Parts: sequence; structure tokens; C-alpha cells
Amino acid sequence: MRLIEIAVVGTVLAVIAGSLALSAGSSTAALTSVVCIFLCSGAAWWFVHNRFRAWGYLEREEDLEVRRGVLVQRLSVVPYGRMQFVEITAGPVERLFGLSTVKLHTAAAASDARIPGLDPDEAARLRDRLAALGEARAAGL
Amino acid sequence: MIGGEGAAKWQRLHPLSPLVRVGRGLLPLLVLAALSSIRTAHGDRLQYLIWLAVAVLGAVFGTVHWLVTRWAFDGATLRVETGLVRRDSQQLPVARIQAVDLVEPFLARVLGLAELRIRVAGAKSAHHLSYLSHPVATDLRARLLATHHGLDQSVPEPDERAVAVIPTGRLLGSVLLSGPTAGALFFVVLVAVLPSISTAAAAAVAGSLLIYLIGLGQGIWRRFNEQYRFTVALAPDGIRVRRGLLSTVSETIPIRRVQAVRQIEPLLWRLFGWCRLEVDLAGVPGHGRSGGSGRVTKALLPVGPLASATYLRQAVIGPTEPHRSHPPVRARNKAPLSYHFLAAGHDETIAVAVTGRVQKVTCWVPLEKAQSIRRVQGPVQRALRLATVHVDVAGKRAGAKFRDRDIDDADALVEHLAARSRGARRRVAVEAAVSGPALLAPRALTGIAMASPPSSAPASAPPPGWFADPARRHQARYWNGTGWTEHVVDEDRTGVDPL
Repeated sequence: MRLIEIAVVGTVLAVIAGSLALSAGSSTAALTSVVCIFLCSGAAWWFVHNRFRAWGYLEREEDLEVRRGVLVQRLSVVPYGRMQFVEITAGPVERLFGLSTVKLHTAAAASDARIPGLDPDEAARLRDRLAALGEARAAGL
Repeated sequence: MIGGEGAAKWQRLHPLSPLVRVGRGLLPLLVLAALSSIRTAHGDRLQYLIWLAVAVLGAVFGTVHWLVTRWAFDGATLRVETGLVRRDSQQLPVARIQAVDLVEPFLARVLGLAELRIRVAGAKSAHHLSYLSHPVATDLRARLLATHHGLDQSVPEPDERAVAVIPTGRLLGSVLLSGPTAGALFFVVLVAVLPSISTAAAAAVAGSLLIYLIGLGQGIWRRFNEQYRFTVALAPDGIRVRRGLLSTVSETIPIRRVQAVRQIEPLLWRLFGWCRLEVDLAGVPGHGRSGGSGRVTKALLPVGPLASATYLRQAVIGPTEPHRSHPPVRARNKAPLSYHFLAAGHDETIAVAVTGRVQKVTCWVPLEKAQSIRRVQGPVQRALRLATVHVDVAGKRAGAKFRDRDIDDADALVEHLAARSRGARRRVAVEAAVSGPALLAPRALTGIAMASPPSSAPASAPPPGWFADPARRHQARYWNGTGWTEHVVDEDRTGVDPL
């Protein structure tokens, strides 16, 4: 079981908070707003941190298990044979931090198996492994 | 037919098909033309000319399309060629045909024509042959299906056994006893009561009522038109459905492609013991409004008594009925209303779950069709130590939903269901390897053979189909409804061996 970071959002939020505080101007209002914003970003950081800790995936013999969520906890079990295709995406922010997301697609729209914040090498390894396993165990509809 | 008589010779569509083809598009135009000519009472010559040009253009296009379209069937492949500028030649190998539907739009029906809609595995949309004369269409359909099942072309289409015909009265009742009509009643009462309070408000409500009623009438008419004389019949190659008032559709639902079966019992229908049976199909192109996933939900029985629905369901997914259990009583705190019906269960092959309060929905999912298993736990559920387990099947709508199970149960359930669906998939793969593509869903056959029809259905000898060879020399032998034929199947090849 591996835990992978997605705490990008928290950092960005902190930067925005800082710039906002600078432009605010007057003393007391600025101070309270800065405190507020830092509290908020702190809470956000805590939330994101937990979220990041909740993400996890487990490659089992016959299927892939993906879990995520803090408030609503989700656990998906996707058999390798059911994967239609595997996709790697990397948005601009993700690329900035050298991360990428692996997405598994099955014929069902509801089975959301997404593993974000992977190291590109790990993502490529996972994709190749999943594709190979999926091919070996492919089953028709 | 112009192309001649031989089976492999090129043949044209029916000479009247351009008329139907163009006529369908032209009808609204004609209405429009009539309307506009009424408005400009003095007869604007230019306008008439425009309409005339449109009509001539349509006729020319239709005729050219008819001239350049031809088809041929040589016993293995159906070839269709069409297009003047961009020549389009389609080869439909019989082995990959999944279903052949017969569609008769109103205009075609009046002229004795029919459209053949051929669905092929892997194709994005259905192939059309529109239009053929009715006898030619049925004959071609029988020949295609016979060849597809590895029989000689001359073997007639297997007879089917009618299971249910929906009486017009019941259809009408079911359409009227739906939520929108109840809404209309509420509206009418509102309109009747309001004038005593405020005339202006009543006028406004009456106006919107009118619009609502028009929409409602359209909806009712559409459902009535589509589902009029809905006939369900079991045949060896699937479930045959025939329906329609103005335009009739005759289609086959391939049992192997069924992903899930849903039985829906709305509140008002429960008074009469009625329900609707729907199946989710995967990868059947050609109908369904939502493109993309290629999944369609089809009514197997738009309205019918529970006994008929049960019988049909058993024919589709087998007679097993897993034991259902209720979630723990503390789930009532989370789902006070829907707790009443909540239940779920599974066995080696099938998962079943009941949800809903106003509209009771029972969903059966064959475990080998499961795409993924999910466990979801919200904050309230966590406080109550509950979790919901989903069995997802292909398509947008989720499959069976084991709502609000005990958390430990849910964990075990995820593992169980994953293991069971794995086992079921393997078993099906083995069965498919043994029986070969020519044989039809074995489970469907056993289901039909084992289930006894409800008292309303005509009881008779077993329906025609492939069954285990009584002589035990071959894997299966064809039963034509009254006696065994000489057609046999081994592995995936067919042969002839008199009994």
C-alpha cells in the first residue's frame, strides 16, 4: 500500500492568501484578514493532508483496490479484466510538481478508479502493468 | 425486385422506398407549406415555386439514392452498396450479426413495406435496409438468422412462444396512473379552487395548466403509440418484442447482452399489483437516445402483473432467487422512509437489491457482468456504522445497490462479491469456450425449460430451440417445437445427423 501526495492545492491557496493580505492595505483589517486567511488555509491544509492520506491503491492478484475520501469514504474494487482502457493525465499544476494521474475506465460510468499524484515513472509502470493484466484477463460484456 | 432471383444476385430496394423515405421528411414541410399558403391568401407565386423546387429536389434525391443502392446475400455475407458521390460498400458477415429488427413506420406500413435493421457486433450504429416489401423483408430476416445459427438457409425462423400481450386497457390505465397525471389532477383542482380567491392567479395557473396538459397529452400519446399491443415472446435466439400502433417495431433482445434486470413498482401501480420490467443492454447500437456508451435500457414488459414479470425475469437471468436480508434496524435513523423496502442479497451467480419507497425498484445483476464493486460510506453512515455497497454494471445507471449494510457486513460483502463475480466470469468463459458462439445462452435455455409459465400464458410443449441431444451423440440438437430435427451442434460447428 502506497500513500501519494496531492497537497498541491494547499500550497497554492497559501500563496494566494499571502498576496491578498499584501494588497489589503490598512493595519487592523489586514491583520484580521491575514489571520483569517491563514486559519482557513491551515484548515484547508489539514483537510487536504487528510485527503492525501486517505488516497490509496492496492494491486491485488485479480483486481485493483482504490480507496479515497475523508468525509465520504469510498472503496472501489475493479477487476483487471474489466478495464476498458487506462489513461494517464497531467494537468498544468500537476506538471509543475512533476505528478500525473492514472485513470481506469470500465464500461460502467460509476466505477471511478482514479489514482492522482503519482510520480510519472510510477504512473507509467502502473499503466503498463494494468494494461498487461487487463489484456490477459479481458472479458467481454 | 429488379435484380433477379438468385440469392447472390444484386437486388434493389423496393421501388416505393424513395417515396416513403422522402415522404417522412416531407410531411412536416407540406404542413408548413399549407399553413403558409393559407396565411398569404393571394397565393404568392414565388413561394409556390420554392415549395415545388423543394419537392422536386427531394424526389430526385430519393430516386437517385434508390438507383445507386443495392444489396445481395450469398449465404455468408450480406453486402449493401449505396451512395453516388461517395460510394459506400458494407459487408456484414452473418456470424457477427447480433440481431435483425423489423421496423415499419406508418407510411411504409400503409404501402406494405418494411425496414430491416441489422445490428452487427462492434459497429457504431445499426445498418438499415429501407425499404423492402414485407414478404421479402421477413424472408431475408429468416435467412439471415438461420445462417447465423449455422443452419441451412431454408430452415424457417424458429417459432416463438408468446408469453404476454399487454391488453390495451391495462396499458391505458398504466399510462394514466403515472406521476405526471397526478400532477395534472392537482393542477385541475387548483384551477377549480383558485377563482374563489383570486381571478388573476387562476387565469395564470390555467394558462400554465394548458401548456402542461399539451405536454402531458404528447407524452401519453407517445407511450401509447410505442407500446400499443406490446407482445413479448420467448425464442431460442432471445426475447422477441413486437409493439406499436402507427408504426410497428419487431425486435429481438439478445439475452447474452443483458447486464441487469430491474423491476419497478410505482406507488399507484402497486394497488393493482402491476410492475414494469426493464433490462439494461450493453453494446447494442442502433437505439437508445444517449449515444456514447452504447447502452440502452429497454422495457421488457412496460406494465404487467408480478407473475408475468417474474417469469420473464427467470427466462432472462435464470431461476435462482438469492435470499434477501434487511439492513440492521439502526439504518432506519439514516433512511427513515426507504427502510421499509430496503433489502439485498446474493448467491453464487446473482446479486439482488431492493431500494426506493414511493417507487420500489428491485434490481438483479448477474455477477459475471459486474464491472466493479464499490463501498461508499458517508459521515452519517459512519456514525451509525453503516456502509453502502454498489455492484456496478456497464452503463450510466448504477447496478445493484446494497444500501446501509452493517460496516463489517459491507467489508465482507465487497470481498465476497469480488470473488463471486470472478468465479462467475470464469465459469461463463468456460461455458462460452465449450458451447461456441453458435449456441445460444445456455442459462436462458435452462431458465425457459425450468420455469413453468404462469397460468395466463398458453401452456404447450417446450419452445423450439437448441437442447441437449437426446441421442447423446452431439452436444445439442434442434427442437422445432413439435419434434427433434436432424440439425446438431458440436463445439462450434453444425452438422446434420438424423436422430
